[in-house]
Amino acid sequence: MKTSKIIPKVLRFLRPYSFLTLLSVIISAASVFLTLYVPILIGEAIDLIIEKGNVDIEGIVPILVRAFVCVAATALLNWTVSTINNKITFEVIRDVRKNAFRKLEELPLSYLDSHPSGDIVSRIISDVDSFADGLLLGFTQFFTGVLTILGTLIFMFALNPVIAVIVVVLTPLSLFVARFVSKHTYDMFKVQSETRGEQTALIDEAIGEQKVVKAFSREDEIMESFDEINERLIRASVKATFFSSLVNPCTRFVNSLVYAAVGCFGALFVAFGSGAMTVGTLSCFLGYANQYTKPFNEISGVITELQNALACAERIFDFIEEKPRTPDKADAVVMDNVSGKVKLDNVYFSYVPEQKLIEDLNLEASPGQRIAIVGPTGCGKTTVINLLMRFYDVSSGAISVDDVDVRDMTRSSLRSSFGMVLQDTWLMRGTVRDNISMGKPDATGEEIIAAAKAAHAHSFIKRLPNGYDTLLDENGENLSQGQRQLLSIARVMLCLPPMLILDEATSSIDTRTEMKIQDAFLKMMKGRTSFIVAHRLSTIREADVILVMRDGNVIEKGSHDELLAAGGFYAELYNSQFAS
Amino acid sequence: MKHLLKHAKKYKKEVVCGPLFKLFEATFELGVPLVMQQIIDVGIGEGRQRYIIGMSLVLVLLGVLGLASTLVAQYFSAKAAVNIVGGMKRDLLFHIQSLSFTELDKVGTSTLITRMTSDANQLQNGINLTLRLFMRSPFIVFGAMIMAFTIDVKSALTFAAVIPLLSIVVFGIMLICIPLYRGVQQKLDGVLSITRENLSGVRVIRAFRREPFEKSRFNERCEELSREQERVGRISALMNPLTYVLINVAVLVLIYIGAIRVETGILTQGAVIALYNYMSQILVELIKFASLIITITKSVASEHRMEGIFEIKSSMEMKENGIMPENIGNVSFKNVSLTYEGASEPSLEGISFEANRGETIGIIGGTGSGKSSLVNLIPRFYDASEGEITLGGVNVKELDAAVLREKVGVVPQRAVLFRGSVRENLLWGNENADDETIKEALDASQSSEFISKKEKGIEETVEQGGRNFSGGQRQRLTIARALVRRPEVLILDDSTSALDFATDAALRRAVSELDFAPTVFIVSQRTSSLKNADKIIVLDDGKQVGLGTHEELLSSCPVYREIHESQFRREGEKI
Repeated sequence: MKTSKIIPKVLRFLRPYSFLTLLSVIISAASVFLTLYVPILIGEAIDLIIEKGNVDIEGIVPILVRAFVCVAATALLNWTVSTINNKITFEVIRDVRKNAFRKLEELPLSYLDSHPSGDIVSRIISDVDSFADGLLLGFTQFFTGVLTILGTLIFMFALNPVIAVIVVVLTPLSLFVARFVSKHTYDMFKVQSETRGEQTALIDEAIGEQKVVKAFSREDEIMESFDEINERLIRASVKATFFSSLVNPCTRFVNSLVYAAVGCFGALFVAFGSGAMTVGTLSCFLGYANQYTKPFNEISGVITELQNALACAERIFDFIEEKPRTPDKADAVVMDNVSGKVKLDNVYFSYVPEQKLIEDLNLEASPGQRIAIVGPTGCGKTTVINLLMRFYDVSSGAISVDDVDVRDMTRSSLRSSFGMVLQDTWLMRGTVRDNISMGKPDATGEEIIAAAKAAHAHSFIKRLPNGYDTLLDENGENLSQGQRQLLSIARVMLCLPPMLILDEATSSIDTRTEMKIQDAFLKMMKGRTSFIVAHRLSTIREADVILVMRDGNVIEKGSHDELLAAGGFYAELYNSQFAS
Repeated sequence: MKHLLKHAKKYKKEVVCGPLFKLFEATFELGVPLVMQQIIDVGIGEGRQRYIIGMSLVLVLLGVLGLASTLVAQYFSAKAAVNIVGGMKRDLLFHIQSLSFTELDKVGTSTLITRMTSDANQLQNGINLTLRLFMRSPFIVFGAMIMAFTIDVKSALTFAAVIPLLSIVVFGIMLICIPLYRGVQQKLDGVLSITRENLSGVRVIRAFRREPFEKSRFNERCEELSREQERVGRISALMNPLTYVLINVAVLVLIYIGAIRVETGILTQGAVIALYNYMSQILVELIKFASLIITITKSVASEHRMEGIFEIKSSMEMKENGIMPENIGNVSFKNVSLTYEGASEPSLEGISFEANRGETIGIIGGTGSGKSSLVNLIPRFYDASEGEITLGGVNVKELDAAVLREKVGVVPQRAVLFRGSVRENLLWGNENADDETIKEALDASQSSEFISKKEKGIEETVEQGGRNFSGGQRQRLTIARALVRRPEVLILDDSTSALDFATDAALRRAVSELDFAPTVFIVSQRTSSLKNADKIIVLDDGKQVGLGTHEELLSSCPVYREIHESQFRREGEKI
């Protein structure tokens, strides 16, 4: 995306604040003018103080009063401008975030699955921040900076063109020095950050895996390599820190050159000039010379910030403009009282077109049947779940529930007809109660407890510090894997939809907790069409239909006995796992 | 501050010279208005051209001297800060390495890493800025005031009045804003965590149709955040206008007083301008000083946190010249209990068994039943709270540290490899292992086949965390690493969970046929992995509920039978 394309998008977000923006521009201009005007007034006052017995106190007082009014007005305008700019910045941030989040909820899972979540989070959080900071605050800084420079130039030329020219000629020196220093420090910073990266990697390894280090008594070797890197880092850091701290003194030095030049020529003009230049003007010039280079440094900082901000803006707008999932059809059916008949008809699906995955899958599940999906890890069992829940749409063919194509019903009603328990249990930050009542926010306390009891979760919830009101961490880390799974079963128990999707636990849960979970599963499945990603022999054997998957394909389909008799992959899998 | 001072002492020269040269610079800077006063009063007043030019050159000279002293100061400060912190980091790592598992558990590795990295950086930055600015800024502020007093006491009283007022404004606004900014950060964290949650839980959120609710929750938080940001913004935006008003009002007052004093002949015009210039110098330095205080506060906090790690003492003393018995493969536990520090319940209770050299001991039980805790006691990663553990008939606490490290091979649950080559990783087991030993270890751990398929074989690079190897390959390499040591005791802590059944079986067979016949402890969740063990210890909730062979336990130990049956549903199913 080009800058020219991003700017209009930024402006779109600014539109609601166009009046405020205009106001901010006008006020900043006024405040810059006043800020520059005050030294002139002070200069005029100084001109009335000439020597003993030659001071026009009568004349000074009105000038000082005028200066005071200007100062007070400048302060007020300054505060107003900052407040307005804050308001615009923070509210634009808010609006962009809201937009981005709305998009997040509407994006198809294919996008979310294929983009690292850390990347999306940083777009919505830090990119938005640096975009707004850089672009909006940066812009106002840039704007006032340019105004200040222009204003100073105009005032200086009006007061004394020769000295103004001297200042104009000397300023680029400061920019040149700053650029020179930063160009050289860049290389040193690179060395420093590379070496620091090396050291961090070593620290990560040595401390992160300290138990292994100790078990193999490698402490001395670790210290040795640490010392070697540390030596290099110290050398690199001293250089980088020293050189990077040069910018300020160097520009200060250039500034003092400007100051000396202004002082010298100014004084000469006052002493030997035609009389237009006074001591007051000189003092005013000295004030300007002191401030004049500041906006230059600020502007050069702002420009890099603006570039960064544009890059961030691009990332955000890319996200906001991402194609959303196909919306529900206008005449989409709202499914009610689903019986649980599920049919997959010539279903083809793949995540990427080049890599074929599910091909011509046919399956008919009558209400109440159990379908087990088996296969080695990574064979695409979750793909089937993705299609049933319509997290993904089939490439061709059709999936229907109660003879209605899933694409012809609302997503909401389809998903409410399924109860889903994934092995990778997800709990939200909130109380145990909130987590159980996710699918039915208006559930009563009794209903929630009944659901927890049915899921064998009640007894451990009771023992939590605050029972049902215990706050859970973001990932439910204060619960064991088994307990988390029991909670997500309770969640489904509370709504008990007519169809179920279950992902059986694997090794991380001990066998006795697993039996409890199994028991809860069995209770749930009674009379419901169930799709189970199965690992347990008992589940598999008792299923009405077993789908055997391998490398994304359904390669065999049938009952346990049929498949064993066929002697195919299932038979092989079965024998390797359950015999030795 | 103990460790900071210890290292600062090594850089006395730098620590002293940094601020000192900064003071020189400040002094030169304070000279500028005086020179200017001379230019106006003498140069312009008496119309002396050469004097004006000469004094302007003095201004340039002051600039050059200032630049030179700053450069010296910045160099010393950078050198001192980087070296002090570099030394502290080294000491800290050394100290962390000396801690026992108990302390590591208590502090947590992520905390330790933060102390070594971001806290250290924060401290380095803080020391550097402190050396540069902590003396300079107050020096300029008070120096300007003192210079003003030397020019004219009565006018200088304006300085005495305005400096406290400015300090109150600058520090007051900062103090008010710091906690408010913390509030903003918390609100931002809230927005962040909803975003994260909605990504990590997207399937569940959509399955339960929570999108509208999540949207309104997010919008609410965003509103709160922007409201809070605007509130803080309004307050912090007061700083510039208020200080601007204070300084300029002071200037106006100064000019008014100056005017009267010039009229009576006490001051000159140049002196008034000098006072005006001194006033302008104050503001910048005060603001710098205030932000320096914030940096220092943060750095002091970092320093305290680093110092806090130094204060942790290892709870376990390793014997450097302990007993070195002959046959440490004979392991015995007598009524051993283990209660982790800070835990209310023991993790292990009443564990007793004997293992003889060359035997295979299986350990089984549910998650959290104490299997790993038990094997961690053998190499003395933790000390037993009660009871006695002996290796080769000697209490582990009396054993020489080297014996424990060299003769016990541990394969931890998480298969961890380190950056370097495969060979380097294997040499962790034994620095002096020859190719023959390495080959044997690779063969026994069933690694030879996949290693030979790697382009560079045993010299293949291992990336951080070993991520260029599959889980099963990593597990086998960690086993090989322990075997290279040819240990007398080998501990496999659920180390074959990612292996398929056939490889697992082949590995167990190879281990039982090793020529150095180690005593092998195998932790597993699968009864099938243990059924050939000489003894199996069954744990339930930290208690030893069974000890015997597979067949004995099937008939005598209900917990074992239950585990077994849960894996092989029906009796009579072919096993």
